[in-house]
Amino acid sequence: MKILVAIKPVPNPDEKVKIRPDGSGIVLDNIKMVINPFCEIAVEEALRIKEKQGGEVVILTVGPKEGEQQVRTALAMGADRAIQVEAEKGLDSLAVAKFLAKVVEQEKPDLVILGKQAVDDDNNQVGQILAALLSWPQATFASKIEFLDGNKKAHVGRETDGGIETIEVPLPCVVTTDLRLNEPRYASLPGIMKAKKKELKVIPSASLGVDAAPKVKVLSLASPKERAGGRKVADVAELVAKLKNEAKVL
Amino acid sequence: MDFTLPEELLIFRETVRKFVEKELEPISEQVEEEDRIPGHIVEKMKELGLFGLAIPQDSGGYGMSVLGQCVAMEELSRTNACFRTRIGTNNGIGSMGIVIAGTQEQKRKYLPKLASGEMIGAFALTEPNAGSDASAIRTTAVRKGDTYLLNGTKHFITNGDIADVSTVMALTDRSKGARGISAFLVDKGLPGFSVGKLEKKMGFRGSTTCELIFDDCEVPAANLLGREGEGFRIAMQVLDKGRLTMGACALGALEKLLELSMEYAKTRVTFGEPIINRQAIQWMLVNMAIDAYAVRNAVYHAAWKLDRGERVTKEAAMVKVLATEAAGRAADSAVQIHGGMGYMKGMAVERFYRDLRLLRIYEGTSEILRMIVAREMTR
Repeated sequence: MKILVAIKPVPNPDEKVKIRPDGSGIVLDNIKMVINPFCEIAVEEALRIKEKQGGEVVILTVGPKEGEQQVRTALAMGADRAIQVEAEKGLDSLAVAKFLAKVVEQEKPDLVILGKQAVDDDNNQVGQILAALLSWPQATFASKIEFLDGNKKAHVGRETDGGIETIEVPLPCVVTTDLRLNEPRYASLPGIMKAKKKELKVIPSASLGVDAAPKVKVLSLASPKERAGGRKVADVAELVAKLKNEAKVL
Repeated sequence: MDFTLPEELLIFRETVRKFVEKELEPISEQVEEEDRIPGHIVEKMKELGLFGLAIPQDSGGYGMSVLGQCVAMEELSRTNACFRTRIGTNNGIGSMGIVIAGTQEQKRKYLPKLASGEMIGAFALTEPNAGSDASAIRTTAVRKGDTYLLNGTKHFITNGDIADVSTVMALTDRSKGARGISAFLVDKGLPGFSVGKLEKKMGFRGSTTCELIFDDCEVPAANLLGREGEGFRIAMQVLDKGRLTMGACALGALEKLLELSMEYAKTRVTFGEPIINRQAIQWMLVNMAIDAYAVRNAVYHAAWKLDRGERVTKEAAMVKVLATEAAGRAADSAVQIHGGMGYMKGMAVERFYRDLRLLRIYEGTSEILRMIVAREMTR
């Protein structure tokens, strides 16, 4: 099976991010970038499918040149080759999905796997928009993927609030991954050595003829309010009084 | 000047850091209690390639630059010291003799298996009466036909009890002093070769140090490393790089101690205020940060020089003294900042305090290294 995995570099979720004084974005100096954790799960799943039934895993990313390190990391995990659509920072979901769709049309994979969302903007849109642009079926929030009838269709377990919903989709299709699908492997030293020799094709975004003009504009960012400490009350009567008069929730 | 690490080192640093945080740090206290590393963790270390960092690619390893080895050791040293000690001998004193002076046959036999972690290597120079004064060793090797007969006792041998092959220094000609020392590759289980007492130590739990006893042990002549009398020269070459990576180990520990102390100082409240607001605490933290900055630059710079093929005998000695002494000071401050908690078992700073004490002693004491620097300065 030929699998295309789209990944996005994001600021390391373990580090504290600060908002720029003008509220236009976050401070990226000295912030380490990593593969978005959901995308890492997508890479792992693709590698497991390939290990089971053979095929090819192609990594795809859209963004500035600096993202190369995260692409190489995915190659070091075991992907076969990579494509980077070199584009400016901060594209909106629609623009990214349009670029992905162009490459999918060229590469003709049987399956596209993406993380369900990137932990930077938490938009949760690219997979869905991509499926719509391609007119492909989509299975989002996957926690289990099984292939049937010689890869003609897949059963995908989806995490919903109430439990697991299993749906059937014909291939080719778009799958987005949830947290519990798998535990991603490390980029081992042998993997890193091999990755150095793997192909990384760079496509200038201008060559794809996509209208990437933003449809969404971020107006401002603000930190959540700092939590004030709790207060102790003497009895129920005081609690009710405070809820009524101070918090005004009763 | 470009201070950016090559991309593959950035990726590898990320891998090791994740591995340390997700798999090693959570069990570091368990290892401290049980005094052993669980087998499945060693298997994962093998899969990641950690045993073969320093062994050349044509011998089955990954031939990482010294800079790369320093990055790996720095990251691995942010947790219990036993983990990096397990891979330390295969990447250093337990294999480098073979890399430097081994015959094709010896390289083929040992290096691929040392690189994969299938074999463990050890290095046996120190004896009860010969540590820093390496030329005072008493273990002898007498040629007898196709074999050498080894007699003597080595001690403080890291990984000695689990080693499949030990590089053993023995006198082939007592009259020649240091030039009468030869190096031998001794396989586990050879008749006359046994593991003596396992030492009880102040720290480094989870890692073993033991005696190796040679009692009329017949070692095939094919296992002589280099030529007769070259043992001391081989040993000194092996130790040069080791001092640099030891500096990287001290650096990793120092950085971790600073982080732990910052975290604690922010949350520990006395007299209504977090102690980080107090200048007395701030200055301890600042001094740790200054040390970390200096040590980091010194370690990386010396590694870069060695990778360019320059001689770094002086720098390596200076780096080890600088780094290990700074880490010792940091451990002392970290315990002080943690107060009574810092003295309790189960606290990482308590463990670092004990473990780091060794770094100023082994692979060259601070005193011997200062002698080396003095000699280099006046030559």
